[in-house]
Amino acid sequence: MSDAKQEWPLWEVFVRPKAGLDHKHCGSLHASDAKMAIQMAREVYTRRQEGTSVWVVRSSDITASDPADKDMYFDPMEDKVYRHPTFYELPDSVNHM
Amino acid sequence: MYTQAMDTGPKEERKAVRSAAEAELEARFESHIDEGDFIEAKDWMPEHYRKTLVRQISQHAHSEIVGMLPEGNWVTRAPTLKRKAILLAKIQDEGGHGLYLYAAAETLGTSRDQMIDALHSGRAKYSSIFNYPTLSWADIGVIGWLVDGAAIMNQVPLTRCSYAPYARAMVRICREESFHQRQGFDALNVMMREGTAAQKAMVQDAVDRWWWPSLMMFGPPDGESTHGAQSARWGIKRISNDDLRQKFVDATTDQAKVLGVTPPDPLLKWNDDRGHYDFGPIDWAEFWRVVGGHGPCNRERLDARIKAWDDGAWVRDAAMAYARKQTMKKEAA
Repeated sequence: MSDAKQEWPLWEVFVRPKAGLDHKHCGSLHASDAKMAIQMAREVYTRRQEGTSVWVVRSSDITASDPADKDMYFDPMEDKVYRHPTFYELPDSVNHM
Repeated sequence: MYTQAMDTGPKEERKAVRSAAEAELEARFESHIDEGDFIEAKDWMPEHYRKTLVRQISQHAHSEIVGMLPEGNWVTRAPTLKRKAILLAKIQDEGGHGLYLYAAAETLGTSRDQMIDALHSGRAKYSSIFNYPTLSWADIGVIGWLVDGAAIMNQVPLTRCSYAPYARAMVRICREESFHQRQGFDALNVMMREGTAAQKAMVQDAVDRWWWPSLMMFGPPDGESTHGAQSARWGIKRISNDDLRQKFVDATTDQAKVLGVTPPDPLLKWNDDRGHYDFGPIDWAEFWRVVGGHGPCNRERLDARIKAWDDGAWVRDAAMAYARKQTMKKEAA
């Protein structure tokens, strides 16, 4: 067994299912470099034409919000209902606006 | 493919003493589970939940990878180009499934190398079904029909597993696995419809050998399953071993009739009162013998995996050396 430092780095894979849609995270894989990660992503995540484009990014390069802060971070938006169109009641004649 | 070994690992005791903060976190975790919420990789989780999942997911991954071996045995001898292409695609899927699952397990803080080391040193199990040999071409069809059929029945409930990365991997796997079962049934069906008497006998022989090991894939009876209750509580396991096994017998017994083969069980009989097929006793001594390392191919399978890993070491090292060199060149420029 090679020691952990010898392990190929981890990459996150994002696939665009078809033109016009966003790339979506679909999983991760190990690869020695970006070029290999792209090739492996094709074999691992698009064996049935699930995509038309692939992004890979080193997992260690991703900065994520802290799940422990989830409430503090996202809840302030909860009471801002006026950001949604349904908050406004307009006269019937223009309500399709 | 699938592992029943999730139920056969060593039993870990829960830590009895907990700090107040930990108790509060655990209470919150339990209430998330009760509400049917998913747990994500970075969420707090009890150590026992994490360990159970690492064991189950990694053993599931190992099963996918080791499961490539019995089928690989027939790639060069598949009867037609069409069957060879199908078999290759199926084996590639198994490899892919292993990779999805290893990645899911890694989100829990274990490394790929640790998992592979656990497999190669014999600490981690894989599904004991793969310790049986594939003696004829009909075995490949029966593996698709019965072994993958049992796998699908086991796996579908796992798409609702409380641990989200595992559930997401299972959604992908289940979507792909359906072709595995269908191609197996199709291969057998062609032999039973258009084959010679010898080919039909070959199909029956394969069914005779794989029927009971397939029933064992659902794991020990509910009363003896080591992790059943806790896993059910945590939404890791949603349907009991015996219920899944019964469902499998009911489905495949009817499919066997369509095929024109007879499962090797004289006690297999429809029970009107239960609305299920009754079936004979399973030889659990054989199951434990094979899990314990004494099946027909345990040694061969593990040796093949270790050899592949060792022989590939220079490729892994060379790729890393190349990547380092490219990075250095870029930095120097």
